[in-house]
Amino acid sequence: MIYLEQFTYLLASALFIIGLKYLGSAKTARRGNQYAMMAMAIAIVITLVISGIAGPVQIIVGMVAGGLIGGIIAKRIEMTSMPQMVALFNGFGGIASTLVAYSEYLEPTTLPITLDVNITLILSLFIGTVTLTGSLIAFAKLQGIMPGRPIVLPMHQILNFLLMIGVVIFGVMYVMAPDVPMWPLLIIAAAAIFGITFVIPIGGADMPVVIALLNSYSGLAASATGFVLSNNVLIIAGALVGASGLILTQLMCDAMNRSLFNVLFGAVGTDDSTGDAGTGGGEQKTVTRYTAEDAAMIMDTVQSVIIVPGYGLAVAQAQHVLHEMAEMLTARGIDVKYAIHPVAGRMPGHMNVLLAEANVPYDVLYEMDDINDEFQNTDVALIIGANDVVNPAARTKKDSPLYGMPILNVDYARTVMFVKRSMGAGFAGEANPLFFDDKTMMVFGDAKAVVTGLVKSLKEE
Amino acid sequence: MESLIVSIYVFTLAVFIGFELITKVPPLLHTPLMSGSNAISGITVVGALLAANANNWKLSTVLGVLAIMFAMINVIGGFMVTDRMLGMFKKDKKTEKGA
Repeated sequence: MIYLEQFTYLLASALFIIGLKYLGSAKTARRGNQYAMMAMAIAIVITLVISGIAGPVQIIVGMVAGGLIGGIIAKRIEMTSMPQMVALFNGFGGIASTLVAYSEYLEPTTLPITLDVNITLILSLFIGTVTLTGSLIAFAKLQGIMPGRPIVLPMHQILNFLLMIGVVIFGVMYVMAPDVPMWPLLIIAAAAIFGITFVIPIGGADMPVVIALLNSYSGLAASATGFVLSNNVLIIAGALVGASGLILTQLMCDAMNRSLFNVLFGAVGTDDSTGDAGTGGGEQKTVTRYTAEDAAMIMDTVQSVIIVPGYGLAVAQAQHVLHEMAEMLTARGIDVKYAIHPVAGRMPGHMNVLLAEANVPYDVLYEMDDINDEFQNTDVALIIGANDVVNPAARTKKDSPLYGMPILNVDYARTVMFVKRSMGAGFAGEANPLFFDDKTMMVFGDAKAVVTGLVKSLKEE
Repeated sequence: MESLIVSIYVFTLAVFIGFELITKVPPLLHTPLMSGSNAISGITVVGALLAANANNWKLSTVLGVLAIMFAMINVIGGFMVTDRMLGMFKKDKKTEKGA
């Protein structure tokens, strides 16, 4: 029977890997997700078959309750809220690992408990709990329950350091005297506080990095539980998620030209709400203001448009009307493309999902590296609700917080159109010199109102 | 100790496969990748089932039941929302627009 169990887990692991492989292409992604579903179903069924169902009520209660809650969330969640959902789910993964590890401590499946089981048990409790509380803080920041600005306590890093030392000491005490119930609880407590102090100093704008990192931790927590139970499918599936989260973390850091260390410990950023930092005194430069009608007239004369959407677009819920405008332009023979910066939106790939929801076909969505050379041959770069990711100061201004961040080369386009609510700077607080350029048209207003106006003017012609 | 060594082997190789596969996922699909990862990390449900599978309501069993619940939220919620999202990704149908 042990062979049946092991081979079935192997089959499930292979299906997870194939599923992830198919997730690598838009054409096959849905099938990939289904393979992973199958893998999960197989793993669950074989576990129940092999262990025999001793407590059917307990199992049904847990499965039905979780399944219902998960199903309702999945059906109801708005695409703009995906970052919060992923953050919350990371936390659920963490707490599940902690609960399993603690239950294993109370009622071991195999006796005697060896040293290596005890060590992995500590790891599982620690990673699971840090993932839980860290994710809850990330969720609260994204949901607006907590302010998005960094919260730094007095002696913050020393506190973190002491908590880590505490975990190590409690861990050693636990290994020496596993029967004392206090030690695992102290490990959980220290890990819980550490998860909080780890995430609160990170600003709202850096949350994409944190969610990706916690995504990785939730996988590692599952892996650690697999170590405790010597269960390979847990180890493999957890490791895949751990690797995935880590890669996304690195990609997000690269897209902001920041090191992970700087994101985690730099306490960068101001309040999450819209930047109200004005243009800053000094010399008063003039900005040319235009209306949606002016913009529509320009659109009448061009051949190519690249749209650069930012999170402001999603906040204004202007994706659908933007798509309507793009369709109208395309119908007139204008070449319309979208340029997506890696940090557009609130989590990796978020903007693509928001546009896909508005029926924008994915083959007109271009990544930064694929489209950056095209701006110089483009008539209009239309920037909606974005700022930092198109700020040329990132290329030249050495003392700018944006310096070195890869940007979309909108300033190479023949005409640059900004649809923005105000002159305000972006998260980085860096004024955008492009606003004052002769070829720039500033159209102030709510993204939805402006684009609706554009559509109306285009229709009237 | 031997099982720990085997576990470390398996873990290390799986991490390498993970890196290899995920690097190839385009930014277009990063959000579904993350919600799909949520679902996959719900694999802890296997451990939770073992912990909860007892005909009593001792603390260890109750914790197991809670673990099943949280892991199943991830599994069902993660897979369903990923499927919903991927269903939105459509290729341009040029024929639809005609002239």
